[in-house]
Amino acid sequence: MSDIVATNQTILVVGGGISGMTAAIEAAEVGKQVIVIEKRPFIGGRVSQLYKYFPKLCFPTCGLEINQRRINANKNITVVTMAEVTGLVGEAGNYTASVKISPRYVNSNCTACGACGDAVESEFDNEFNYNMDKRKGAYLPYNLAQPQRYVIDPQMIGTDDAQKAKDACKFNAVDLDMQEETIELKAGAVIYATGWRPYDANKIQPYGYDRIKNVITSVEFERMMDPFGPTGGKLVRPSDGAEAKKVAFIQCAGSRDRNYLKHCSRICCMASLKQSTYVSEKYGDDAEVSIYYIDIRAIDRFDDFYQKVQDDKNVTFIKSKVASIVENKANGNPTLHGVDTEGYNRYANEHDLVVLAVGMEPSVDKDTFPIEIKVNDEGFIEHDEANGGVFAAGCSSDALDVNRAVQHATAAALRAIQVVNRVAKAEG
Amino acid sequence: MSTNTGMVEKYRNNFLKEVEANVEEGEWVKMCMQCGVCAGSCPLGSHWAHPPQEIFMMIRAGKRDEVLTSDSMWMCTSCYNCIVRCPRELPITHIMHGLANYAKRLGLTPKSQPTAWFSQVFWDNMMKKGRVNELKLGLSLYFKDGLVSGIKESIKHQKLGMNMMKAKRMSIAELFGGHGVKDISDLQKIIKKAEEIENARIESYGK
Ligand SMILES: Cc1cc2nc3c(=O)[nH]c(=O)nc-3n(C[C@H](O)[C@H](O)[C@H](O)COP(=O)(O)OP(=O)(O)OC[C@H]3O[C@@H](n4cnc5c(N)ncnc54)[C@H](O)[C@@H]3O)c2cc1C
Ligand code: SF4
Ligand code: SF4
Ligand code: SF4
Ligand code: SF4
Repeated sequence: MSDIVATNQTILVVGGGISGMTAAIEAAEVGKQVIVIEKRPFIGGRVSQLYKYFPKLCFPTCGLEINQRRINANKNITVVTMAEVTGLVGEAGNYTASVKISPRYVNSNCTACGACGDAVESEFDNEFNYNMDKRKGAYLPYNLAQPQRYVIDPQMIGTDDAQKAKDACKFNAVDLDMQEETIELKAGAVIYATGWRPYDANKIQPYGYDRIKNVITSVEFERMMDPFGPTGGKLVRPSDGAEAKKVAFIQCAGSRDRNYLKHCSRICCMASLKQSTYVSEKYGDDAEVSIYYIDIRAIDRFDDFYQKVQDDKNVTFIKSKVASIVENKANGNPTLHGVDTEGYNRYANEHDLVVLAVGMEPSVDKDTFPIEIKVNDEGFIEHDEANGGVFAAGCSSDALDVNRAVQHATAAALRAIQVVNRVAKAEG
Repeated sequence: MSTNTGMVEKYRNNFLKEVEANVEEGEWVKMCMQCGVCAGSCPLGSHWAHPPQEIFMMIRAGKRDEVLTSDSMWMCTSCYNCIVRCPRELPITHIMHGLANYAKRLGLTPKSQPTAWFSQVFWDNMMKKGRVNELKLGLSLYFKDGLVSGIKESIKHQKLGMNMMKAKRMSIAELFGGHGVKDISDLQKIIKKAEEIENARIESYGK
């Protein structure tokens, strides 16, 4: 890895989600040198864990693949996976970053043949599926993961299984002696595209996410629809595997609430409207969806989508923030308690499955940035002169959908380009 | 002109303004986003005529008579469930008590509302000596609905009374005079001052 060339005219992109990929491509396609530092073993970020995109209901894999091709085709871009920026010093036009690279234990000889995965027995929580199932200790994070290269879980190192993986590989790709390394990279500008994470549903105690099996989060619901996901693409209840036809969505789960996240996470109304179509997709007219909401925020062009869902007779909208969820022990059904705002009627409604439309928070805790950076109360990066040559792209700056995240990333790329252009001029 | 019609005229039928000016924490009412979590979390559940969420909407809709003559705010047990849950941190319990207090000031409290009745008895009892006389308070509570039911109630709670006496929490001597603070006139001065401050606050609203 120490062969990466970086100068004061290099743009460092931290985070290789859809925003980081976009910023990297925009800058590289006008001739700038870009290095992408991605924490996970693959790029694509959280959109790779979505089943379909609103509003067009197309598959995210399609857009990811196009971007991946543009990255592969562009020799100005270097992607470093399983890497994190641990230190950042300097100012606009002259930064030095310390980048810690964790060992993958698999080198570039890997053809993703899968023999190592078959050979090992140890299994670990599958983070790609939000720990809903297990994966092998030698694994490809998901089918279309880029780079197409296996990973050996560090928890397996030193066990017989690690040796089994090595022995199974015909391409001499398993290297159990790989070590963590820290490298230093120069950069003229830095783009933080570190994205978001789902709000911890356990904190919303009255909803019983930690106690009631059939209460899940919206991100888990997305994974269930994936034919290669934890349920093989079936919409079923975690408690007993029964078909989940009568599904409730609870909006603002953790958002717009001074006890949790103060901000509106902006995408979760559209995410639930989209996910209501998943239930219809699986069960047709047997689908019975209820959406509990404070108000539906489907802004500008999304209103058409909202109207379409409103017209669906299998979807009911209930204007009410659910007060609490109690499990019916006899059948595992979560029962929702609350009072609806249109009539002030008290309800106790049973559903097969409850989906919490959890909010978005920044993936980087505000006091862990390697350099001083202006963030707002919610921890999203502000656009501020004081940040010098460090710019945010996508969900590191705000709760955004993909369209807006990508627009934002393009703007960040332009700002970074201006900085390195100034350096180029000065250096003649 | 009664205080009541006076208030209506003063706030030109804008009941929200009237509440903001006269009710403790009343300026919070406009912050309610009608999410319903307070109503859904209140242990009184279906016993309410109007749960807090609905009361706040009624205030904004100018339903002055319905709100002020309502039994609802007298039902609040100060459990604080609603405050803990409100996404906007409205001091709901305080507003409910503030509304009850205001309705009482205007003489609009529903007749024979037990909480209102008890509050008055409690207050009068305490203001006599500066300390609550548990024995007299308890007896007046039991005999509230007449002699016969009073005797029945007293017998029912006999054991509790005996235990309280044993634990020196109550004394039969309380019937004759009872304990009090050293100088009741000081307490009365404090209360008078508090009333002045409260009136000045109401007076100064919007100025
Ligand atoms: C339930 C749900 C459904 C959704 N559905 C849709 C939809 O249908 N349509 C739509 O437009 N949007 C949807 N969204 C929103 C969409 O997921 C986001 O807009 C998108 O993920 C933003 O991309 P990003 O690159 O900014 O962030 P991310 O996808 O979070 O990518 C950030 C990347 O940075 C990496 N990273 C994080 N920290 C570090 C670090 N310290 N160092 C290095 N790398 C790091 C991460 O591993 C990740 O790869 C949905 C969101 C949710 C919650
Ligand atoms: S490491 Fe070897 S065995 Fe495992 S997938 Fe790659 S090439 Fe196949
Ligand atoms: S987008 Fe909708 S569900 Fe999400 S926080 Fe905003 S209002 Fe609530
Ligand atoms: S919980 Fe708060 S915001 Fe919600 S209805 Fe009650 S008072 Fe209004
Ligand atoms: S404090 Fe009063 S209004 Fe609030 S939940 Fe308790 S009883 Fe209901």
